Amino acid sequence: MDWSAIFLTIRLALVVCAILLLVGTPIAWWLSFTRWRWKFFVESIVALPLVLPPTVLGFYVLVAMGSRSPLGRWYQSFTGHGLPFTFEGLAIASVIYSLPFAVQPMAAAFSQVDRNLINASSMLGASRIRTFVRVVLPLSIGGVVTGFVLSFAHTLGEFGVVLMVGGNIPGVTRTVSIAIYDQAQALDYAGANRMALLLMAFSFVTLSITYSLNRRVWAVWPMHR
Amino acid sequence: MATGKSLSVRITHRLSNRFALDAAFEASAGFTMVLGPSGGGKTTLLNCIAGFARPDTGCIALGARVLFDSDGRIDMPVAERRLGYVFQNLALFPHLTVAQNVQYGIANLPANERRARMMTMIESFRIAHLLARKPGEISGGERQRVALARSLVMNPAALLLDEPLTALDNATKSKILDDLRAWNTAHEIPILYVTHSPEETFALGERVVVLEGGRILAQGMPQHVLTTPRHETIAQVVGFENVFDATVRSIAETQGTMLCHLDGSATQLEVPLGHAEPGARVRIAIRAGDIIIASDQPHNLSARNSFQGRVLSIRREGVRAVVMIQAGAEFEVHLTPAAIDALRLEAGKQIWLVIKTYSCNLVEPSSR
Repeated sequence: MDWSAIFLTIRLALVVCAILLLVGTPIAWWLSFTRWRWKFFVESIVALPLVLPPTVLGFYVLVAMGSRSPLGRWYQSFTGHGLPFTFEGLAIASVIYSLPFAVQPMAAAFSQVDRNLINASSMLGASRIRTFVRVVLPLSIGGVVTGFVLSFAHTLGEFGVVLMVGGNIPGVTRTVSIAIYDQAQALDYAGANRMALLLMAFSFVTLSITYSLNRRVWAVWPMHR
Repeated sequence: MATGKSLSVRITHRLSNRFALDAAFEASAGFTMVLGPSGGGKTTLLNCIAGFARPDTGCIALGARVLFDSDGRIDMPVAERRLGYVFQNLALFPHLTVAQNVQYGIANLPANERRARMMTMIESFRIAHLLARKPGEISGGERQRVALARSLVMNPAALLLDEPLTALDNATKSKILDDLRAWNTAHEIPILYVTHSPEETFALGERVVVLEGGRILAQGMPQHVLTTPRHETIAQVVGFENVFDATVRSIAETQGTMLCHLDGSATQLEVPLGHAEPGARVRIAIRAGDIIIASDQPHNLSARNSFQGRVLSIRREGVRAVVMIQAGAEFEVHLTPAAIDALRLEAGKQIWLVIKTYSCNLVEPSSR
């Protein structure tokens, strides 16, 4: 069993989920309440990773991080090393890759909160943030948990993006799915099977727990209003 | 007459090509009823005052505090306006207990003061026994009390109520209103009470503003505005079931009356004198409960209008009967079930209608 790959994968998934909660929550909030006419544009961008082949996404993320792009150069001048084939680069790519899995359940849950409750909260003198923390979040906690678990499970299993952006560096970017691929290529079917079974069991258990916890939040895609 | 505590509103707000709100009025301490049909702009008006909608032009002020002024570019955020607003669906927070709901707006106060304020409030509104429960676990009337307590515990400068008691029975309703009234004798804030019920308007209002099609049709004391409606919409709003177009035939100035001919029939009505010449078109409104039915031709009555008609239909609505009568024009008459039995009324029966002159109200045609 490749334990370093397992721990690396879990660490990656946790980091990605933490970033997604910070980044995805405001995006989901904005999407549920804006009346901006170009909102569909943002929705499409957020949902793009759902339909793109992971290699396409990985390819462009790789290009964007490379030393020829302004972003890559800016990061390199800061840290002294490039983003591709590092854990940080992998985390950034995974955040983009799993964004719709976090945003969509949260946006669906936020938009089901009665607008009158939000209005009542501001009538009672509460700021937007207090309204969010005291009213919106407790009433849509199911959607937030679903978003967290789905993006966690999704990050665990990603392959194409990891291969493009992270490569296959043991202990740095070699995740479980890459390890399985390696073992299968090396005809170590027993090893591949152990890892694959573990991943499948873990995914199945997390999904079962999530769905049993909030039985009303079944639809993951398409977003239901 | 802007006193320290009165709410003054003068705004225009265009919502669409077909609907624009254009309202100016002053609400001093006490109940001001905002009466009108649905779609008349009542909720839009409250939303402008609360800050959920931004008027195109005008000014909203609470005493010396300006909440909105299109000229001075003032648009105070909702959270700073210090108003109470009880929504039609109450909008109690379903995941919080009654105690947490009531304290929601005073979270910035120290714990002991918060507690003290809440206790005063829950005593005023008799909800002390509900503190640990959630809104889903209490009755409609209790939820109403909690919503009022939650708004008033902040000591708002004015209270906005959007048809808050529609779903309640009369006994529950009047008890809650008594408590609200009692609270307000001590605090004396303006209370804007949106309703479509003339009964509530009569029972509560020191003043009434009649709003229809986004415009104020009339304002003043309910007794003046509602009992002698000068406008067809007001007539319908306050329950004049019978509204007829008519032509003035003759005027008896010394009697203070005039004779009118109902359009499309031979029926004539003597009505109170209005500003009209013979030949002028007028509109007459009569409450269904003000018309008397007799089974034989009545004699020696003070009532000046009596004429024959035929019962078209009788319909029971709870404890009253709605009788439709063809007498040149179609009249709606409300009677008690006992009266129906005593007169042996049934469809097709010939009867006499009796209407007092002063039960006939002249109203102006609606603008639309």
